[in-house]
Amino acid sequence: MKMRTLSDQTKTNIEAEFVKYPDKRSVLLPALWIVQEEMGYLSEPAMMDVADLLDITPVQVYDVATFYYMYNLKPVGKFHIQVCKTLSCGLVGANALIAYIQKRLEIHAGETTSDGLFSLKLVECLAACGSGPMMQINEDYYEHLTNQKVDQILDDLKRLGRSPLATGRFRLPMVG
Amino acid sequence: MPVYEKILLKNMELSGYTGSLTDYANTGGYSALEKVLKGMSPADVIETVKKSGLRGRGGAGFPTGVKWGFIPKDHPGPKYLCCNADESEPGTFKDRQLIENDPHPILEGIAIACFAIGAQTAYIYIRGEFFTGAKVLNQAIADAYRAGFLGKDILGSGFNLDIYVHRGAGAYICGEETALLESIEGKRGKPRSKPPFPATHGLYQKPTVVNNVETLSNVPHIINRGPEWFAAIGNGKSTGTRIFSVSGHVNNPGNYEVPLGITFREMIFEHAGGMQGDKKLKAIIPGGASASFFTPDHLDVRMDFESVAAAGSMLGSGAVTVMNEDTCMVWAAMNLLEFFHHESCGKCTPCREGSAWLLQILKRIEAGDGRLDDLKALESLSHKIEGMTVCAFGDAEVAPILSTLKHFRAEYEAHIEERRCPFRPNAVLAMAH
Repeated sequence: MKMRTLSDQTKTNIEAEFVKYPDKRSVLLPALWIVQEEMGYLSEPAMMDVADLLDITPVQVYDVATFYYMYNLKPVGKFHIQVCKTLSCGLVGANALIAYIQKRLEIHAGETTSDGLFSLKLVECLAACGSGPMMQINEDYYEHLTNQKVDQILDDLKRLGRSPLATGRFRLPMVG
Repeated sequence: MPVYEKILLKNMELSGYTGSLTDYANTGGYSALEKVLKGMSPADVIETVKKSGLRGRGGAGFPTGVKWGFIPKDHPGPKYLCCNADESEPGTFKDRQLIENDPHPILEGIAIACFAIGAQTAYIYIRGEFFTGAKVLNQAIADAYRAGFLGKDILGSGFNLDIYVHRGAGAYICGEETALLESIEGKRGKPRSKPPFPATHGLYQKPTVVNNVETLSNVPHIINRGPEWFAAIGNGKSTGTRIFSVSGHVNNPGNYEVPLGITFREMIFEHAGGMQGDKKLKAIIPGGASASFFTPDHLDVRMDFESVAAAGSMLGSGAVTVMNEDTCMVWAAMNLLEFFHHESCGKCTPCREGSAWLLQILKRIEAGDGRLDDLKALESLSHKIEGMTVCAFGDAEVAPILSTLKHFRAEYEAHIEERRCPFRPNAVLAMAH
């Protein structure tokens, strides 16, 4: 099957998921993850390719892609910052933290910095309620945040592409 | 402070414990699966779990063994088990800790459950944000296959089982069991009308059990130590321990595993170290954002399913959110309505439209533009949502409003009379997408 935009590797990775489910449609969420990992977001040609691979219609793909908040329907920055704004984080300073990040990056939530490095999104509860305020950047959680920590994390990411302040294995409270 | 024996958090507190298969095996891991496969029938296993009194740790508290017993025995199959690792109820962060630090008890619990109900395929539905958790689980699954605890003819018993990790992608509603099934099937996570129930028409319309991570983690211990041991822990019909996630204005937020039935007072002031800065306690959410608010008058309520329900709320997911005297209750309700409005799947009109109207009114009150009849409007709208939706989301979204109106009505009135928020003069940041 000729793909519009997906690479051979992406196609192979999607097809490798088929063995896990009794039908092809069930591979839709995994397939969209695989595409997003390769391309950073879900373009319309990519979604049409997924539809072809799964024997479903492009509308069925679009229907699902627009329902789940983590699928990006447009390109995002290299570092996708998602700050939790739900109650437990809100009680310990999420709003002030969000204001600080917006000021520091000179963007509003929903925007990307002009150098394409950082996108900011406000999100609902990420299951880090005892260690807020917190944010997720790409695959990593950053918890117990302060303005100083945010400065360091953003600097680390810009310079090194990663930050040692990312949460390792999660334990709260730390015991032993 | 009272000290209790931990069951689920015990391993990870051992020095040097990594959660690897080797470490788990050294604590006796997978001996329960061996015991089941070598000497018990599926009916024995179900009976044992029924006798233990184990109830679902995800939110609803349904007896686990009874749920397993609903799976038709004469069905030709396939049958499925789904492990709900979609942990999304605001305030809850226990499953994340179990998954990342001790994944094998979950797999062992899944294997025992699958043997009991006759399933040969299980899916772990994990929320999309848990990248780390998904990696840990995939590694643990690969190790368990290599050691012969998963795959074909497990431990020579003839029992076959495959476990797959299925990642969600950011939708709270997928923690609702039928929405979870829809999501695995590659659809929008919209809850199904019940009946039929998943026990007969679940994943791919086949008999299916959906169990929470913490629920399944308890199963190997019940097999190893016996149902009587488990049933002796806790209070009445709420047996065993529970991991409570405590957050908000306490000195030591965190996950605390205690027997069901201790008081909120003990949890907040002993285990979680009391109130930050010795501020006064104003409100407690006892079981996640879907549960009605409690006040300091409820501190001596016991943390078990029946006691919390009798006091007018629910134990839910075990998430305890603590708020001090400086917290504006209108803001707290508004914050949660932003959550519910954002997460409503859109299937049922009362929930979809109602959450938008409720949020609009709350924002108006919080901003100082409220009118006195807004309080009546909040109540009447809430009552038109409650019980009128396919899933429990509708009831959940009105719980913060109805309970804050009940316990803190004067605060709403103060916002309206003073035409401002008495607690937070600066308007809260609007949600941006």
